[in-house]
Amino acid sequence: MAAIPDSAPAARPAAADNYLTHARGLMSWIFTLDHKRIGVMFLALIWVAMALGVLFALILRAELADPGETIVSKNVYNRVFTLHGAVMIFLFIIPSIPSSLGNFVLPIMLGAKDVAFPRLNLASLHLYVFGMLFFLFTLFVGGLDTGWTFYTPYSTETNTWVIPAVLGAFILGFSSIFTGINFIATTHMMRPPGMSWFKMPLFVWSLYATAIIQVLATPVLAITLLLLAVERLVGVGIFDPDKGGDPVLFQHFFWFYSHPAVYIMILPAMGIISEVISVFSRKHIFGFKFIAFSSVAIALIGFLVWGHHMFTSGQSPLASTIFSLLTFFVAIPSGIKVFNWLATMYKGVVHLTTPMCFALLFLILFGIGGLTGLFLGAVAANVHVHDTAFVVAHFHYVMFGSAGIAFIGGIYYWWPKITGRMYNDLVGRICAVVVLIAFNMTYFPLFIMGVRGMPRRYHDYERLLEKNPEFFDLNVIASVGGFLLAGTLLVLAANLLFSLVRGRPAPANPWGAATMEWQCASPPPHDNFASPPPVTDPYDFGNLTYDETTGGYVSAP
Amino acid sequence: MTEHTACTTDGHGANAHPAWLAHHFHSARQQYESGKLGIWIFLLTEVLFFSGLFCAYAVYRANHPAVFVDGHHLLSTPLGAINTIVLIFSSLTMAWAVRCTQVDQRKAAAVLLAVTLLCAGTFLVVKGFEYHHKWKHGLVPAHEFAPDEQYLESRIGAHEDGSTLGRDPAQRVRNVRTFLGIYFGMTGLHALHVVAGIIAIVWVLRRTVRGDFNRQYFGPVDFVGLYWHLVDLIWIYLFPLLYLIH
Repeated sequence: MAAIPDSAPAARPAAADNYLTHARGLMSWIFTLDHKRIGVMFLALIWVAMALGVLFALILRAELADPGETIVSKNVYNRVFTLHGAVMIFLFIIPSIPSSLGNFVLPIMLGAKDVAFPRLNLASLHLYVFGMLFFLFTLFVGGLDTGWTFYTPYSTETNTWVIPAVLGAFILGFSSIFTGINFIATTHMMRPPGMSWFKMPLFVWSLYATAIIQVLATPVLAITLLLLAVERLVGVGIFDPDKGGDPVLFQHFFWFYSHPAVYIMILPAMGIISEVISVFSRKHIFGFKFIAFSSVAIALIGFLVWGHHMFTSGQSPLASTIFSLLTFFVAIPSGIKVFNWLATMYKGVVHLTTPMCFALLFLILFGIGGLTGLFLGAVAANVHVHDTAFVVAHFHYVMFGSAGIAFIGGIYYWWPKITGRMYNDLVGRICAVVVLIAFNMTYFPLFIMGVRGMPRRYHDYERLLEKNPEFFDLNVIASVGGFLLAGTLLVLAANLLFSLVRGRPAPANPWGAATMEWQCASPPPHDNFASPPPVTDPYDFGNLTYDETTGGYVSAP
Repeated sequence: MTEHTACTTDGHGANAHPAWLAHHFHSARQQYESGKLGIWIFLLTEVLFFSGLFCAYAVYRANHPAVFVDGHHLLSTPLGAINTIVLIFSSLTMAWAVRCTQVDQRKAAAVLLAVTLLCAGTFLVVKGFEYHHKWKHGLVPAHEFAPDEQYLESRIGAHEDGSTLGRDPAQRVRNVRTFLGIYFGMTGLHALHVVAGIIAIVWVLRRTVRGDFNRQYFGPVDFVGLYWHLVDLIWIYLFPLLYLIH
């Protein structure tokens, strides 16, 4: 498959109506009810958010490259890392896969014409834009320095712009809830006749599990942020020890959402990996039911582990022990998934296309990120490395190295379907290799420094150099890696955008996948399907053969 | 929901659909059940939203029972009880309106929805009187909290509740301040939900009068009804938690 010639002539009906040409004008986009257009707009906005977050990250890495106060002051540094975290979490990773790729692909995977509630879907997009505006407002009027966690009592006392940021996160929460409601109803009600739960693609399973977390966890964040805003405005005292309140209660509330939220980020990524690995190994997914149920298991157990963020907060040792144990339980379904993916590849015919390269990258980085999560789940080790760079390295391996990388892989996987264009695969594969190197350059040194005592959230490490002179080299490596990584992301984006202009028209099924979205044209027509296609095993590639004339796969007669 | 579906089974061309059936649904039943599932999930998120508040209330009350004992004397139980009855009655009229819509009694449905609206309005007016009364005595939840000491003495001091904290005037003022913050927070958020309910009921009332609904398509009235019952239910918890403490 990697050998598809880039110059193959376009052989597809020229005047076919698709969702991109179905209606024209700006308003036909802003007020569209078409899940595909909404998905594309989400994708564009999420790229903007990601660029913003990366920009903040580069400022942080540039500051840390050299000891001492170099390019930004300590107060600016606090604001930059706060906005880096808040933008990356609320505007980028949480909506990334469900709202963009999920929106685009889910109904088509079910052979449906749209999600169950198209207006709610549009509302979700509009709320996302409003939330984004609140964050941009916060940024331009002077920022926020609480960290993305908004811990009280500092967040009720700081004179930075807490309330607009909190309202922004509140609004984004509703955007997320609406997407979740939509996906649950769509999965339950819009499946075609004959598609039982165990004939659903695994990406749908993972989106469903994600949606459960979105609707169960996000409201708690909403009320928490509202209470925080009220606390600042009025001073009720729920979280204020001076008035008899309990600041640790805020942490419990916050992590009751924010820990499940990490599964909102990783579960859809795992769904993408399940699709990609099976398709590009040309082999039926191994252990379908185990992968499907492990998504649900992660969603449910994920609600019971929030206390592992609070081992040093003064919660009771008994609670810490129980939370620690439950945290280890989450590793079981995660491990099940990884072994099933490996078993899928075993004796398969692995095609190293760009999406597959990113899936392999995911396995490596998720392996490191997941296993270091076990260190952090152990109370004793956690107390030792709490608030050090070790924690930063761990969650960047799982958030960026796993969720973010799978998002990139997913974009590369569905790009031909979304835009109807093929990109340059070689560039994508080279980028995947560079990302592997640059990513580990950026974040692996943080593990080493973290264990040796480099605190997180510090703008300077000059005094630490006396005892740990190696911190200088490690920080330089991390910063160089960071800039290399950002540059590679830019090349990856440019490669896709370039394909819009110069790319070869994509066939309906360029990868030979068996899920339904590859059975309609690329890009899909406005209504997706005149009638739902017959339901088949989504991972049976037996009757798909490569067709030289279109450069894609067709069903053998 | 009735068993029969509104359009024939092929149902894919836009022409085969009645106007009220969205193009991406095959049948009235699919549309109705999707909406029903959606609204129940939404209500679930509402319950979780308020449960955060109830949880904060529980923690604060467990730590500081005196705050609530002192504070509840400032609330008028009769007014709260009237509001409770008004809301429960409005739930009855709402449920009745849904039934009328289902059996094509458009006029009766419109009247019942209007009565529901009237009850919702009554609730807010009574609530407004209660808020105004507090405002008059400086019992505002904001930083400008300036309580009328004599008034506090007359309300709280008159009761023998056995609370020792209540006997220290400075402590009592702090307790009252915290209680009012919680009171205004919880009832204010609930009142906002009542306002949202009023907007939703006006919307379905307008559509009822216009004749949008029929035996096969009554989902919106049903869903607004479910939301309204939840708003009612939350008040049924708020009333004893804030007014009826001993």
